[in-house]
Amino acid sequence: MGKFLVRRLASILPTLFFVTILIFGLQQLLPGDPAIVLAGEDQDPNVVAYLRQKLRLDEPFPVRYAYWLGGVLQGDLGESLRIQKPVTELIFEKLPVTIQLAAMAMLIALVIGITAGITSAVYRDTTLDYAANVFALWGLSTPNFWLGIMLILLFSVQLGWLPASGYVSPFEDLKANLAAMIMPAFVLGNAIAAVLMRHTRSAMLQVLNSDYVRTARAKGLHERVVVLKHALRNAMIPIITLGALEFGTLLSGAVLTEQVFSIPGFGKLIVDAVFNRDYAVVQGVVLFTATAYITLNLLADLAYFLVNPRMRG
Amino acid sequence: MIGLGFVFFFILMALLAPWIAPHDPLATSWGAIRKAPSAVNLFGTDEIGRDVLSRVIWGARASLLAGVASVCISLTLGLPIGMLAGYLGGWTDTLISRATDAMLACPFLILAIALAAFLGPSLTNAMIAIGISATPVFIRLTRASVMAVKVEDYIEAARALGNPHLRIALRHILPNILAPLIVQATLAIAAAVIAEASLSFLGLGQQPPAPSWGSMLNTAKNYVDQAPWMAIWPGASIFLLVLSFNLLGDGLRDALDPRHS
Amino acid sequence: MKFRLAFCLFFFIASVQSQTLRIGLAEDPDILDPTLARTFVGRIVFSALCDKLFDLDEKLNIVPMLATSHDWSADHKALIVKLRQGVTFHDGEKLDAAAVKFNLERHKNMQGSNRRGELAPVTGVEVLDPQTVRLNLAAPFAPLLAVLTDRAGMMVSPKAAQAAGEKFGAAPVCSGPFRFVERVAQDRIVVERFANYWNKGAIHFERIVYTPIVDATVRLANLRSGQLDFIERMAPSDVPGLKGDSRFKVAKIVEIGYQGITINIGKSEQSQKNPLGRDPRVREALELSLDRGAIVQVAMDGEAEIGNQWVAPDNSWYAKNMPMPKRDIARAKALLAAAGVPNPSFTLMTPTTSDAQKIAQVVQAMAKDAGFDVKIQSTEFATSLNLADKGQFDAYMLAWSGRADPDGNLFSFHACKQPLNYAGYCRPETDELINRSRSTNDPAQRRKIFEQIAEAIGKERPVVYLFHRHWLWAHSAKLSGLRTVPDGLVRVQGLKMN
Repeated sequence: MGKFLVRRLASILPTLFFVTILIFGLQQLLPGDPAIVLAGEDQDPNVVAYLRQKLRLDEPFPVRYAYWLGGVLQGDLGESLRIQKPVTELIFEKLPVTIQLAAMAMLIALVIGITAGITSAVYRDTTLDYAANVFALWGLSTPNFWLGIMLILLFSVQLGWLPASGYVSPFEDLKANLAAMIMPAFVLGNAIAAVLMRHTRSAMLQVLNSDYVRTARAKGLHERVVVLKHALRNAMIPIITLGALEFGTLLSGAVLTEQVFSIPGFGKLIVDAVFNRDYAVVQGVVLFTATAYITLNLLADLAYFLVNPRMRG
Repeated sequence: MIGLGFVFFFILMALLAPWIAPHDPLATSWGAIRKAPSAVNLFGTDEIGRDVLSRVIWGARASLLAGVASVCISLTLGLPIGMLAGYLGGWTDTLISRATDAMLACPFLILAIALAAFLGPSLTNAMIAIGISATPVFIRLTRASVMAVKVEDYIEAARALGNPHLRIALRHILPNILAPLIVQATLAIAAAVIAEASLSFLGLGQQPPAPSWGSMLNTAKNYVDQAPWMAIWPGASIFLLVLSFNLLGDGLRDALDPRHS
Repeated sequence: MKFRLAFCLFFFIASVQSQTLRIGLAEDPDILDPTLARTFVGRIVFSALCDKLFDLDEKLNIVPMLATSHDWSADHKALIVKLRQGVTFHDGEKLDAAAVKFNLERHKNMQGSNRRGELAPVTGVEVLDPQTVRLNLAAPFAPLLAVLTDRAGMMVSPKAAQAAGEKFGAAPVCSGPFRFVERVAQDRIVVERFANYWNKGAIHFERIVYTPIVDATVRLANLRSGQLDFIERMAPSDVPGLKGDSRFKVAKIVEIGYQGITINIGKSEQSQKNPLGRDPRVREALELSLDRGAIVQVAMDGEAEIGNQWVAPDNSWYAKNMPMPKRDIARAKALLAAAGVPNPSFTLMTPTTSDAQKIAQVVQAMAKDAGFDVKIQSTEFATSLNLADKGQFDAYMLAWSGRADPDGNLFSFHACKQPLNYAGYCRPETDELINRSRSTNDPAQRRKIFEQIAEAIGKERPVVYLFHRHWLWAHSAKLSGLRTVPDGLVRVQGLKMN
């Protein structure tokens, strides 16, 4: 197990290296002069020159990469040239928001997805199964920005139950915070619920037909016990790994959902920075989220390793 | 099989668009802006007077193209690279796998947005952006499948007979890894259609006046109160198309992969 | 006794709550430092944070603010400004002539300053006495007062600016009715009432929270659901829907900016490759093929005024000798025939915003009637700026937010080699006229010169001006005191929640 862990850890470094090259290249390969875009509507040539110098645009690509990487290794992710704030500060500002959104979405996804999956597997081939399947497919097939707008129009404008957008810190007003986050969390969680539901269903089906479940049934155990205690626990293994991966994706910011609901998380930060050519922000934030994703991946592998008795041996 | 039926329906709709669309999808009409559905315009008109039904019918082409072409790009790139990694192993595998991990660690939509911004907003560039962003999944899948098949007896036998590597790869391995790839491809088409709609929502996909469901939704969101039909029909179409590909993928998986029946 | 206490408490809470004004912005502002600021939306926040030497009224007249009066020297090469007594910055420092001198020099000299071009004609600032400054000019510069009504006239605390250096924008210390509290990027900017504001009688709110919400539909939804009290830049198509709702009011005024089509007539070699760039007759034909009224009706839902110059027809500087042409397809076709290109084709570079796209599509359809084949090239805004800067375009759908003095809409665009002169228009005679229009303070003379410039530019058509939008604000019906000024800013003095 130790050997496995060491090998996995060692593979992270080259991956991170590739990530830095990927994001840096992606940004710096974007067409045009970012200084012109950042210079605003007046396009003062002095401002453009000043920004070019700040971005080191007149130096070759490898030199710029070296400067940036050097900064990163010292903990300096640069600063947003648009609003003059250090990227690390922006990340710390947005991190709680994104984590809360991701956590709520994951919770909704787990609750809806696993329940639907279990129901669908246990009541296989009945209307309940069919309905759960349709729900899962609906979740996968609707563009989430679309769903978001529809929900806003229904719950905020027509019914007035929930705020249309924005974010309130939970430390300031927990109720307002939850009210503002519930719709975007649902929109995000909905798609993941669909994926989880299908995997739960297939895992449960596999397990329900297996030998030890048949044994449990033969022993005369109550059906609910069979399902929840024995079947579910074994079906959980792939669910855990899948859940961890999806959570990692969520961390990268639900780009469109945040745009629609004006949630100031990573997704919105990155998209706006791409359009404003605020290089440092995109590079810094994507690096951060990629590292988080890779770490979560590692943890998921570890969890799988620990939970799965077969691999331990 | 419902999925297959719907898919065929949409393909037919896209192919026969010039003949079945009641109006010219680009024909504007200043007098008929945002008119509700009527006998003349079954789905109503949009913000500059174009017939929504015709645009939905023609829009099928953009969405299908976006879906299918993106996945073709992903497969064309992912399949050979994945095979290389899986078959050759060693440093090639390590290099490719780490690079793939790196791509997978970056949010898919961000990659697509950055690429589309790099290439310029158009349907073709959106397809390329989505295609490239979706490649890592296929690399991974191909690699895993190749590694599983590589150790089979008939491959050992073929090697023993002295077959060159390329022959083994193309004649023996490839046919046996197609099944999961086809399933994944079908599901990927569904995701690509949504990705195109998402890019259009941000202003990066098929641009007006050419009809595309995604850009129609993007414009329609400004008029949901006044002209809901502008959004309902393209939205429903995206949903149905994606749903059908998902159903088709499910069906294929049940049919081709014995473990899942 | 307990009941009375509860009653008072209730009223107190209710009144405290109603003392926060929540404003929805269309974008997230950039750096909150008047010297470095580069966006229009930032100016809206500055309206609460930073007072300026002069301000504008609804009719675009210059009115006193931090300055009480001004005087030009006899040769018009110096402006003597008298400052208001008893004004302090948010940190308690006095606003006197020395502070004004510090600020103007900061605007001119700070690295990265966006005000350098605006204040270029000012050669020096002298302190005549603690309440009087003198701005020296190399030559008379008529737009100076208007420039001082914008960010170049904003005064920040010298002590705070020196202490913070480059980072001043993170926590600006200014001289306006509200002081900076906090800013969370893309989420909110919070400002609270400054107790020692010189005009505190006009301020009726304790706090203002600015929330950027980019999507107009969602911004409006926030207003309707009661989360916001005020939104700016409402979508024109939403206006009729709100009209029937008695809970809200819509306010509007014509902007000082414009929307137009900039044509590459000399920015690069590409201009000569396309008949539109080569031949002024083709450009005239394009203008004649457009029905501006219909464009406004279809693309802007009627919420704009048609225009054919860099100022709106109701502006006092509008050149009456160049009236609005009417659509004339026959004449357009004749011009194209004369030019030898009956079916010219060109690419219209259009940013991906929905407004620009709509206008472009209408233009495309209209121009088709005269024989034009307009190809709409949707370009991401950042990329379009770069292409325009390099001259790699035929025509560019571009808008300008506008400046109070017509020179602000004219000089950077039509004087040779200026940064916003994407058309590449360069005529020494016009340059001379533009320079003359800046250096005389006599309005009648200026008007005459503008007429000549309008004629010269009208002949060549480097820009086909289309219209001037309405600024559209929507707010709770309980909010009163909104002043509709054509610069599109939200002035907080006088705003009250009833």
